[in-house]
Amino acid sequence: MNKPMQVVDPYAGERLKLSPFHERQAALNLRDAWSSWNGYKFADYYYDEEYEYFCVRNSCATYDICPMQKYIISGPDAEAMLDRMVTRDVSKLKQDRVTYVCWCTDEGRLIDDGTIFKLAEDRFLLTCGSPSLAWLRKSAFGYDALTIEDVSDTLAALSFQGPTTCEVLKKMGLDGIENLKPFSIAHFPLAGSNDSPLMVSRTGFTGDLGYELWIAPELALTLWDALYAAGEDYGIQPYGEAATNMARLEAGFIMPGMEFNEALKTIHFEYDQTPFELSLDWLVDFKKPHFNGREALLKAQRKGFNYTLVKLDIDGNKPAEESLLYADRNCEKEIGYVTSAMWSPVVKANIALAMVHSKALKGDIWAEIYYSKELRHHSKIARCVVKKAPFWSPARARVTPPAAF
Amino acid sequence: MKKYDAIIIGAGHNGLTNAAYLAKSGLDVLVVEKNDYIGGAAVTREMHDGWFYSSCSYVCSMMRQTIHRDLNLTKHGLVLVPYLGTVVFADNGDTMTSYNSEEAEYNQLRRRSPHDADAMFRFQTDLARYAQLIRKTLLRTPPDPTSFKPRDIRELLWLAKEFWSLGERELYEYIRFFTMSAADFLDDYFEDDLIKAAMASPGVIGTALGVYSPGSAYILLHHVMGDVDGNIGAWGLARGGMGAISNAIAGALQEHGGTIRTGAGVDKILVKNGRATGVVLDNGDELYANIVVSNMDAKRTFTQCMDKNDLPPGIYEKAKNFKIRGSSGKVNIALSGLPKFNNVADNRYINRGGQGFVGSMETMERAYDCWKHGRWSEDPFIESVIPSAWDPTVAPPGQHWMSNFVQYCPPKLADGPWTPEKRDAFGKTVIDKIERYSPGFKDLIVHAEVRTPHEIEAEIGLTEGNIFQGELTIDQLLFNRPFPGYAQYRMPIKNMYMCGSSTHPGGGVSSACGANAAREILMDLKRPNTVPEDDFYDE
Repeated sequence: MNKPMQVVDPYAGERLKLSPFHERQAALNLRDAWSSWNGYKFADYYYDEEYEYFCVRNSCATYDICPMQKYIISGPDAEAMLDRMVTRDVSKLKQDRVTYVCWCTDEGRLIDDGTIFKLAEDRFLLTCGSPSLAWLRKSAFGYDALTIEDVSDTLAALSFQGPTTCEVLKKMGLDGIENLKPFSIAHFPLAGSNDSPLMVSRTGFTGDLGYELWIAPELALTLWDALYAAGEDYGIQPYGEAATNMARLEAGFIMPGMEFNEALKTIHFEYDQTPFELSLDWLVDFKKPHFNGREALLKAQRKGFNYTLVKLDIDGNKPAEESLLYADRNCEKEIGYVTSAMWSPVVKANIALAMVHSKALKGDIWAEIYYSKELRHHSKIARCVVKKAPFWSPARARVTPPAAF
Repeated sequence: MKKYDAIIIGAGHNGLTNAAYLAKSGLDVLVVEKNDYIGGAAVTREMHDGWFYSSCSYVCSMMRQTIHRDLNLTKHGLVLVPYLGTVVFADNGDTMTSYNSEEAEYNQLRRRSPHDADAMFRFQTDLARYAQLIRKTLLRTPPDPTSFKPRDIRELLWLAKEFWSLGERELYEYIRFFTMSAADFLDDYFEDDLIKAAMASPGVIGTALGVYSPGSAYILLHHVMGDVDGNIGAWGLARGGMGAISNAIAGALQEHGGTIRTGAGVDKILVKNGRATGVVLDNGDELYANIVVSNMDAKRTFTQCMDKNDLPPGIYEKAKNFKIRGSSGKVNIALSGLPKFNNVADNRYINRGGQGFVGSMETMERAYDCWKHGRWSEDPFIESVIPSAWDPTVAPPGQHWMSNFVQYCPPKLADGPWTPEKRDAFGKTVIDKIERYSPGFKDLIVHAEVRTPHEIEAEIGLTEGNIFQGELTIDQLLFNRPFPGYAQYRMPIKNMYMCGSSTHPGGGVSSACGANAAREILMDLKRPNTVPEDDFYDE
């Protein structure tokens, strides 16, 4: 008798991992626009990047953050260890609160940025874009009473962003969600359960009203279905990397690989950045005792720094992608470069983040913009104006309870 | 006695834009509006509890991005959201969907006609070429071809250069295009009737012409030359309804110190010694200003709000004969749920786009025949959108607002004046037609507002309810709009200007007429120009 043939995929080890939300997301990925992030199959977009972007700004949308790196640091030394690792004062962080942090090398160069969630007195969740276990272990040197657990694959998460999100979560039965303040955490039952397996933080990467939903992978689809059922009448839609990148740029948020080159992956001398250069000085707390990079950063602060990350509003409507910046219209004196650029559909402005020589900030800034028209390349010179405030920063993102959409 | 620098009559979007730019240059401006609310035909009104109708105009594509950016309309609350996917319905129940992916669109057209699927690429390319040229004229004052002023000669040369850059063959085509019918134009590309009907429908919107009438090809172009964020031909919704556009411009106006007075209809424009000196309101109040700008249509301005004796000979006649024929009605419907349509997939994207009940080329033409005979179409062409499927702010969650633009509907009926009964019968014709394609539609209706040209004229002041403030045919375009010799926003009376859609570049929520007029006024007053130049994606 023939045995049924066993199907073994000889390339299984090389294929991308599938997120716990994959099944639902794949059904909606009509354009098969997949790329990857940290070993996961990951959507660039599902249907149309601009449509998804507008769901974030106009209704609500979900972004799969399962591939984000997540670590639980727990034990009596956890707080001290994190406080020594990052530039911000972690001892000020209260339970059920989240804080945005960055961490540096001894030379004060930025390794990565991320968020720390204080889940209990001695229990923290650290999230970041790139795998960081090795650096966490190194940073724990001298602290014995702690454990570091990589929960990247065992904690599923969905970012839920947009003006109607609070209403949808209310409709989903999350009692009191409207009272959750920005950067706060709360726990909720899911689909009528007696326990509270759903953790919600009022955080995000879009600069708009939004939440991040944290759940065990086995409950991921239950969460998805409950959320999409509640969101049906509120314009819910998944969004991918393309829309995320648009929204975060309007909010003025930095991205590894765009605004900064991770220090541990930088070959050329000082092609990485200090937090000061990235305008993250508000993240550096010299009032607290020793932390990684403190001496170097003190020195950098005294000495001043070469570049400053700024927000630019640029004439015309050609995105200044990869543009060089000059102090004069004739492009004789180079003073910096654009890191990210786009046409902002909601603000109707040609916006960019750019690294500019700190000394040149007071003078004129001109961008040399390249674009192509039916295969022929052209360039134009456009005036740039430095903007202080984020390009998009609606009140609803900060107000508690958020006003009705 | 208070004397304003400028009084603008009518708080429609062009009047507000004009006022905002005058105020920005430091002038003391007042906008007077006959209704108790602003916006004119770009207005949002809560017509049923929780439902906010864009009572008149309902989608947006021509809004000049440069003006949006320059007046910082986003700060004043304006967010324009593009919408995707329209389904057109044939008489026999067939449907055709427009997809936003080129591949999906191609496959869809191939199912109807492989020939037409291929031809669509050439059609879109030609249309884009024509659109590109006319787009460049939107934020420019048309040159006077009989003038020897350096500025007019310069502009004429610019226009000639733009035309010549099309190349010889396309130049001929372009000239033909202005006088062609949509049907003749489309015959050069397509064989499938539903594809033709779908493409022809923008050629008659807002116009008392049929798809076989000469001149309808240009109107087709007028409807596809707009863009949303550089996607030419795309249409968008204003978050919060079309009133959000007017409200945002009003916000910019107020930021620059301008004022608006509602409930202040203008009875007469005051003229003294050949100069406009102010206005008399309906309540008899007299308001004075150095200049008066009318955002009303040309016919209303000169035949209703001015003394015939104040006008130079000929102008009154020109205004009286200005072609401003009403052709369309509007049925705004509140629905308790999202309607389902026959032969349309239960697809979260295409179910939320628009619906075009075009029927066929024959049906479109027959619908026009009714108009000619002074009746509303028995089997009308309806262009529908369900904005609430995109905009969470215009209807209660899970419930919807459907905008139905209807052609044809005459301003005057052959069998006597419009009555509420006739209006409702017209509405029933429309609802019955939709029900044919969406069984159960009637059961979803919570509230409906039926607007014939009669209602549109009474409320908005648009003569005959013509949505463009005058038809968009070559005899009334560019330097012919509204009248030859008066296309540069200056009117025959000194210190009097026009800034509405009766002027270049015509109808549509573009803000271009108001901005262009402001530029001319500031030039006459020798003040620095505050109006930006247009910028383009396709420079």
